[in-house]
Amino acid sequence: MNKELPPGLALQKVDERIMTLNVGPQHPGSGHMRIIVQIDGDFIVACDPDPGYVHRGEEKMAEYRNYITNIPHLERPVIHDSCNILYPYVLGVEELLGIEVPERAKYIRVIASELNRCVYTMYWLAIYGIFLGHSTMFMWPAGDRELLIDLLEKMTGARVTHAHFVPGGVRNDLPPNFEDVCLRQVNYFEKRIKEYAAIFYDNPILISRTANTGVLSREDAIRLGTTGSVLRASGVDYDLRKKEPYDVYDELDFQTNVLKEGDSYARSKIPWLDMMESCRIIRHALQKMPKSGSVRVKLKPNPKGGDASVYKRVESGRGSLGCYIVSDKKPEPYRVKLSVGSFRNLIALPYLLKGEKLGNMPSVYWSLNYWPVEADR
Amino acid sequence: MSSDSDNEPIETTSDVEPVSKTSPSLEKEIELPKFEKGLADKIVEKFGSRTKVAFVKPDRVRINVGRDDVKEVAKFLRDVLSFDHAESVSGVDYPQDKEIEVVYHLGSYTDSSLSRQILVLATRAQREENPIPGNDATKLPSLREIFYSVEFHEREIFEMFGVYFQGHPDNRRLLLPEDWADLPPLRKDFAIKGR
Repeated sequence: MNKELPPGLALQKVDERIMTLNVGPQHPGSGHMRIIVQIDGDFIVACDPDPGYVHRGEEKMAEYRNYITNIPHLERPVIHDSCNILYPYVLGVEELLGIEVPERAKYIRVIASELNRCVYTMYWLAIYGIFLGHSTMFMWPAGDRELLIDLLEKMTGARVTHAHFVPGGVRNDLPPNFEDVCLRQVNYFEKRIKEYAAIFYDNPILISRTANTGVLSREDAIRLGTTGSVLRASGVDYDLRKKEPYDVYDELDFQTNVLKEGDSYARSKIPWLDMMESCRIIRHALQKMPKSGSVRVKLKPNPKGGDASVYKRVESGRGSLGCYIVSDKKPEPYRVKLSVGSFRNLIALPYLLKGEKLGNMPSVYWSLNYWPVEADR
Repeated sequence: MSSDSDNEPIETTSDVEPVSKTSPSLEKEIELPKFEKGLADKIVEKFGSRTKVAFVKPDRVRINVGRDDVKEVAKFLRDVLSFDHAESVSGVDYPQDKEIEVVYHLGSYTDSSLSRQILVLATRAQREENPIPGNDATKLPSLREIFYSVEFHEREIFEMFGVYFQGHPDNRRLLLPEDWADLPPLRKDFAIKGR
């Protein structure tokens, strides 16, 4: 695995027997990105990911809008995980402006963020299932995630693009009777996802297709700077909710899931295990949350940061998500950089696909928990 | 969104005199976090005046270095202080200084005492008024052989700011289309239509 990879695959002259194949960017199997693979018969000899098909310049747009109006568009890269992608930005702006968030808002954020993590993971799981040819695994998560989408809709007013987190807290308080509904749906949801073991994760066909394919060793996972489920599937116990707890994660009871195998199977299992921990977190947070109180510190219009920079990070559905904000005493940020998990994990793809069969490409690619729109920003 | 408030707006600290991020000396009157101070001291001890500690905050230490020393400092951070990967590499354009800053956010998975820490390593490249990406003076040494994880990040900065990384094996475009012929888009002089 420590081999150097040749640069510029698309431009290289190759052997007669080697075929260059473009997968994507409009191929459903690659999800709005192009993967250039060179195949020798059935085996991939080299792979060159080519992201950027859905690049929208979110970072450039952020320099033209003030700290508050940035919120609805910065969540666009991952609308299914919109609370988590806003989280580091909001934490960063709070540090720049020196705002202390009310206790109840912190709990609401944690609940929303965990619900969103599950919603994202279910969507991802549905895609992962269908690309392995398991259409039940497409239908079940796509249906069950509606439970949590309903909860988030009650909470924020929107099904996917919530724009719920704002500097100073959350936009709205919880609706009446939310706690009971949430508890009931989360309990049912947990019962449902446990059933996935029987049809998917313990399925011998799935295991034979994904176990021992695309193995990423612990050393390589660290060296390539991977994050999230990819890192934890390779035996590195690193979850920012534990390692650098933000808001109230240090008061909640949960554990991180780590597997040692580093193959596609382990990488696809970690997000599923994480969802059960999310259910635990939500239940515990509902129990510990202050029953009343303010949920938002009101800011002055057009708040200005100082002459400072801040880097905040949270654990999203796809791993560590960092936001670097440079402020220059203006209402607009001078520079906003999103360091997203998908972009960081993409670097592992050429290493994992080298020597694999072409038929294993979807399982390896989707096991990276990769979201092309997020990586392109 | 915040203007719809019917309450009296509260004071934020935005009017407070901000702490200068480029102040070279540490402010002694504020009590600095001990562990982070220790990290900064180790770097200063090794490199002396070639590095400037820009700030020491809880879990964040920022070091500014010149472009000639960045590789040596990065090697020291990896081998002695065991920072093993780059979380994020950002470019920041400063047209008024005629410089482009490249900021590496380094973290560590192997050393558990560093798991909360992000070491911010910043260096600056010369900025050209009319850039010809790759063929002008906007160049920096690549950290790719020290931190493998910067590979795609540095490619992104090359296309978005025109900073060419010397020693990077693969200086192709990443996100932009192959036929992009305009200015590197994250430079401040690249204007968005209608804004």
